[in-house]
Amino acid sequence: MDYHLNPKLHDDDVEQEPIRAGFGRGLKAAGEKNTDIVALCADLTDSTKMSEFKEAFPERFIEMGIAEQNLVTVASGLARAGRIPFTSSYAAFSPGRNWEQIRTTIALNNMPVKIIGSHAGVSVGPDGATHQMLEDIALMRVLPNMIVIAPGDSIEAEKATQAIAENGKPSYMRLAREKSVIFSTKESPFDIGKAYVLHEGHDISLMGTGMMTYQLLKAAKILAQQGIFAEVVHVPTVKPLDEGTVLASARKCGRVVTAEEAQMAAGFGGAIAELLGEKLPTPILRFGMQDRFGESGEAAELIKHFNLDYESIAGRVSEFVKQVPRYHQ
Amino acid sequence: MSQLTITQLEKKANDIRQDIIRMLLEAKSGHTAGPLDLADIVTALYFHIMNIDPKRPEWPDRDMFFLSNGHTVPVQYAALAERGYFPVEELLTLRKLGSRLQGHPERQKLPGLENTSGPLGSGLSQAAGYAYSLQYLENAKHRFVYVITGDGELDEGNIWEAAMFAGKYKLTQLIVFVDRNNIQIDGSTEEVMPLEDLRGKWESFGWHVQEIDGNNIESVIDAASMARAITNRPSVIISHTVPGRGVDFMEYDYKWHGVAPNDEQGKAALMKLRTLDGKIAAGDIA
Repeated sequence: MDYHLNPKLHDDDVEQEPIRAGFGRGLKAAGEKNTDIVALCADLTDSTKMSEFKEAFPERFIEMGIAEQNLVTVASGLARAGRIPFTSSYAAFSPGRNWEQIRTTIALNNMPVKIIGSHAGVSVGPDGATHQMLEDIALMRVLPNMIVIAPGDSIEAEKATQAIAENGKPSYMRLAREKSVIFSTKESPFDIGKAYVLHEGHDISLMGTGMMTYQLLKAAKILAQQGIFAEVVHVPTVKPLDEGTVLASARKCGRVVTAEEAQMAAGFGGAIAELLGEKLPTPILRFGMQDRFGESGEAAELIKHFNLDYESIAGRVSEFVKQVPRYHQ
Repeated sequence: MSQLTITQLEKKANDIRQDIIRMLLEAKSGHTAGPLDLADIVTALYFHIMNIDPKRPEWPDRDMFFLSNGHTVPVQYAALAERGYFPVEELLTLRKLGSRLQGHPERQKLPGLENTSGPLGSGLSQAAGYAYSLQYLENAKHRFVYVITGDGELDEGNIWEAAMFAGKYKLTQLIVFVDRNNIQIDGSTEEVMPLEDLRGKWESFGWHVQEIDGNNIESVIDAASMARAITNRPSVIISHTVPGRGVDFMEYDYKWHGVAPNDEQGKAALMKLRTLDGKIAAGDIA
């Protein structure tokens, strides 16, 4: 199946846009289609791009003030009344501050509240460690009933927003602040719970979530020049994991790399390691934040500083391939 | 259901208190003081105040009840059973494996529950979200949202976020009973974390405040009528109750907040309730 990658992917003038902008468009589109959708924000309406919905449907927008615990619990009550509430704040505050409220009143209570955590990852940049949410994937994927999505670019975020609007389930979506390369196109598929092979290979499988998939696509190009043919798998839905696609690629390539802009302990890398450990033990090299906080800096500087840029990834993967033989051959 | 007289409601509250003791005796764990002191408010809600239909727990026109202090749920279970939502015998499954009557209420387990609660401070917000929907998104002015919170629960910041929210949006269909029994696990509320001036706190958040004897069913009914008549603010009814109400050796003692009676205490408590503390013979109330 053709994923319809952006043909300008490797060009210098490839389009870039903050992932959260796609959420803004997607929410407005979802709100046009379904009048049960309501939007709640904790004093960050422009930042999280909920402003588009607010302008289009002011009667369905609820300003909550800086009160994240109330944000999600009021949303739970609105969902009980049959509404489909989207909540937005920075991920450090929601789900960072209000995790227990999400656990009890949304996950256990099984309410179709949509929790949007913007400004996730080290790429938040100059605001520093307090605002660079790295633990959200881990926090949310351990909750029963919860869907966890990290869209790769703004186009995918737009589709994912519309998908979770209609899925009837508690759902978490993480968004990045900075401009990110748009690697997909309007024609690219997106379904909750599906992973996509963006680029076929057989020497090693590079699996990414969120904007890190772009770094993997670039890394694969460098590796190809060295004669290492890497497969690139985009995994926007961290939970439920597309086990079929992940296991098939791991079996085919015999070595796996994961990449995320978050703590890899219990995060995306943790999810893949758990799956492989149980069902198909395979050598794995994980990229992400290794049990440490971020710090201030420009987004691109930080990505490089923490070895999450495609050049660093290609370098380490190249060594890994030399040292570790392929399994499952 | 035909309207019960005040005397009949008081008898129903007594039945519910006996159910609570029997449930806790069988479960051998749970909270005693709060459920006992809330029996009058909960009886008034389920048998007089709320527009509900036990045959249709999800009836779209029903009034809503959100229990914010989920640990007092035995009183809600007893009221639901006595009202006909499920068989009274099932009350004895409380806290047991496979029971629909979880230690703290889980909405999806049992028809009649409107929310999942236990961790304190979040039920008021859920009720406020529901009331917002009724008032601003559904124009359903005929429905009301009732809430019970503990007083110790008011230590939680989430409560005051909700209070500010409900005040801002003037959620007139939201009616909250605060169970002002003055106890929490570690002692008296005023020692653990002082709540007074409690009336002043709610008033400053934009709420209509009443203070009543929460163990007087007539006062509860009157206060709810008054709260429904207030159309420009949310309403809180600070309900002064006696913790452990109805069983003299449990009353006013914070140590009964979080423990269940043993066999001897349970039998003594049931005898006290059955005889209205020795005022009538045990056989007079079936």
